[in-house]
Amino acid sequence: MPADETPLLALRGIGKKFPGVTALAGVDFTVRAGEIHALLGENGAGKSTLIKVLTGVYQSDVGETRLAGQLIRPTSPRDAENLGISTVYQEVNLIPTLSVAENIGLGRQPGKFGFLNWSALRRHAREALARLEIDCDVDAELGTLPLAIQQMVAIARALDLQAKLLVLDEPTASLDEKEVAELFKVMRQLRSKGLGIVFVTHFLDQVYAVSDRLTVLRNGELVGEFRTAELGRLQLVSKMLGREVADEEGRTQDASVVPPPTTEVPLLEVRQLGRRGVVHPLDLTLRRGEVTGLAGLLGSGRTETARLIFGIDHADTDEIKMRGKIVKINSPRAAIGQGMAFCSEDRKVEGILPNLSVRENIIFALQAKRGAWRRVSRLEQEQLCTHYIGALRIKTSSPETPIKNLSGGNQQKVLLARWLATQPELIILDEPTRGIDIGAKAEIEQLIAKLRADGLAVLFISSEIEEVVRNSTRIAVLRERRKVAELTGAEIDLHRLLHEMAGVAKTP
Amino acid sequence: MSAPPKSFWKNSPAVWPLAGLALLMLVNLIYSHNFFSISQQDGHYFGTPIDIFKNGSICLVLALGMTLVIATGGIDLSVGSVMAIVGAVAATMLQNGHAFPLVIATSLGVGLLCGFINGLLVTWARIQPIVATLVLMVAGRGIAQVISNGEQVQILDGHFNYLGNGFLAGLPFAPILVTALYGLVWLWLRRSANGLFIEAVGDNETASRYAGLAAARVKCLAYTMCGLCAGVAGLLAASFISDADPLTAGQNMELDAIFAVVIGGTALSGGRFNLLGSYLGAILLQTLTVTMYFVGVASAVAPVPKAVLIIIVCLMQSETSRRYLGRLWQKGARA
Repeated sequence: MPADETPLLALRGIGKKFPGVTALAGVDFTVRAGEIHALLGENGAGKSTLIKVLTGVYQSDVGETRLAGQLIRPTSPRDAENLGISTVYQEVNLIPTLSVAENIGLGRQPGKFGFLNWSALRRHAREALARLEIDCDVDAELGTLPLAIQQMVAIARALDLQAKLLVLDEPTASLDEKEVAELFKVMRQLRSKGLGIVFVTHFLDQVYAVSDRLTVLRNGELVGEFRTAELGRLQLVSKMLGREVADEEGRTQDASVVPPPTTEVPLLEVRQLGRRGVVHPLDLTLRRGEVTGLAGLLGSGRTETARLIFGIDHADTDEIKMRGKIVKINSPRAAIGQGMAFCSEDRKVEGILPNLSVRENIIFALQAKRGAWRRVSRLEQEQLCTHYIGALRIKTSSPETPIKNLSGGNQQKVLLARWLATQPELIILDEPTRGIDIGAKAEIEQLIAKLRADGLAVLFISSEIEEVVRNSTRIAVLRERRKVAELTGAEIDLHRLLHEMAGVAKTP
Repeated sequence: MSAPPKSFWKNSPAVWPLAGLALLMLVNLIYSHNFFSISQQDGHYFGTPIDIFKNGSICLVLALGMTLVIATGGIDLSVGSVMAIVGAVAATMLQNGHAFPLVIATSLGVGLLCGFINGLLVTWARIQPIVATLVLMVAGRGIAQVISNGEQVQILDGHFNYLGNGFLAGLPFAPILVTALYGLVWLWLRRSANGLFIEAVGDNETASRYAGLAAARVKCLAYTMCGLCAGVAGLLAASFISDADPLTAGQNMELDAIFAVVIGGTALSGGRFNLLGSYLGAILLQTLTVTMYFVGVASAVAPVPKAVLIIIVCLMQSETSRRYLGRLWQKGARA
């Protein structure tokens, strides 16, 4: 590519301040036509802000944006779309109660005088999906489809426009491997048509699999732009973190040690826990000082199992023993009363109280456990906050900041603090590292090891199989909503686990 | 006492109803000479500002209960009808010669029960709040008529008369009672964790349930408190006019109460609530009513300026519209 060619997108000296925080300071970002450009950085690095400036959600305080040499200043996402910048966000931003066709055509329906041309709308949607080689019923209600398909519909919608630049903000967070491969195929195809693609992700494998160049941000500043092929994995990680990190593939210290056989009564034993159409009855034993991983592909019933144990959904058939005694758990409240904690995978809907402060979010489960009348005193609240903000390194300008103003990783840490404050004996962590950066991931993995050492029972769910292998002392494998295997100690290795998950017999 | 920090004024939602009040006072200062004059007679104080607090006390106490319900993300349309029921119960009992304390206790118990039923409909039967409370709003007037045999019932009891027309330390008793209730409820909410629980349920019900909160119980509690407040309002309203009318008592008062809460900065979507804001909101509404009377707006036209003021205050509370206005202002200055 000649050096003097005008890049498709050029952001120069972008700065953006929010009250109390400098989100971006003098950031340059360049995307050429026909390239896939990964945008990387830790939580709070400024990726989201940069994307929002680019797509018109925010306006930068200083700096200029040029698209194909033309100075632009989009004032809304709609404005940016019209200029040729289309975006697919991390969370699917479509309307679940409308059909696929309506979602794709939303706001640009063909028709006259406010009447819709339904056949044109459907044809249009079918074409858009066909370009991505997605086979799905355009009349289906979007909300009834798997999340992965919803994501593809969002991409189809974005591409439907005359896009010059496609921004994919963590599009793969909820996709399984096959779907990721399909997405990459589509991305490469679009690249060959001369589109510029901005790809935001936390998965380093994917960065190396698909991107041509990458830009690293840290603390709102530009670290640099690199050709992906020329930057080693470890180098990349240290650029993102701004420090050297230990080999991230290693297992957490002594997680591989086989737990000594114990005569101690297990903390939790479930027999034939199941629910029709959700999970086939399964047995599970969780012991103190063990991390039990739940492994399985998307839709294998991991989260569903956790929800049954925690009493969110009600099991048809079950016997739950805590400390050797049969207990009835029919609500989260009952589960918490038994010493359980459940960190949900859906932070936004099931976790945070968005407008309440970090302090209130931290003490909330403890307070709910104690009841309205035994109020956690202000002093105790502040002590808990100081302790957890320090211990978990939660980045917040003050304990009184509303939690919605924190980055995803820090919100996750606040939720962990909320549960730890109840001093649980069993903690269920459902995708605790989803959507957060490598540094915070490493911290959460260290925390899991610490909890185990402190004698807690941990049930750990993650889609990142390496993460499960790294952190678990025991792994229960789920496949198609059944428990198919349980591995302990030395049996735990990546290949064996993959085989069990995929349901392919491993040759000895 | 030191002055609150600047950020308090900038961030508190109570600022805008205060600003509205200031504006109204300015209007009154210009248009009416005796708006602010307070006279003393037989050791009692009289004057427009005192009347505002006295006549506003019904809306004040309704807004108190309504704040809690709205903070949970709900709404209670039945408070006006509950007022009528409670008034009918009190008047009928007094007519039948029951002792004053028993009458008060029973009437308030009825208000509480009405609120509790609303709470059950919303939580246990999972009916949307607006529909659940609409049931009692419509049925309540009928119930009140059954209780009072379809007639207005006169009240002659001296104790009961004191509630609405008595004086304490020279000032009317009703607003003192209501203001004390605000203080008590505030203490109850903030000294226990009930305030936090109500805000959490309104902010994210699913998350608060998953964190172990008995969300249904908290919501039920809010509706029950709202019913109790409506009970107090019903007693005051009956006492003001020494008469319980099942058809007109508390009519449309639910709307004033909701307005007061919204003006006071508690969002209809639930979450953070502001009792001081609701108090100021209710006073603002009453001041507006009186001001229009002073300025000479015909009563038929009066709802229009009321609506305009409510819209202005609501817009000023929204950050988006404030920014928009700020931009318009700058443009205007440049032009």
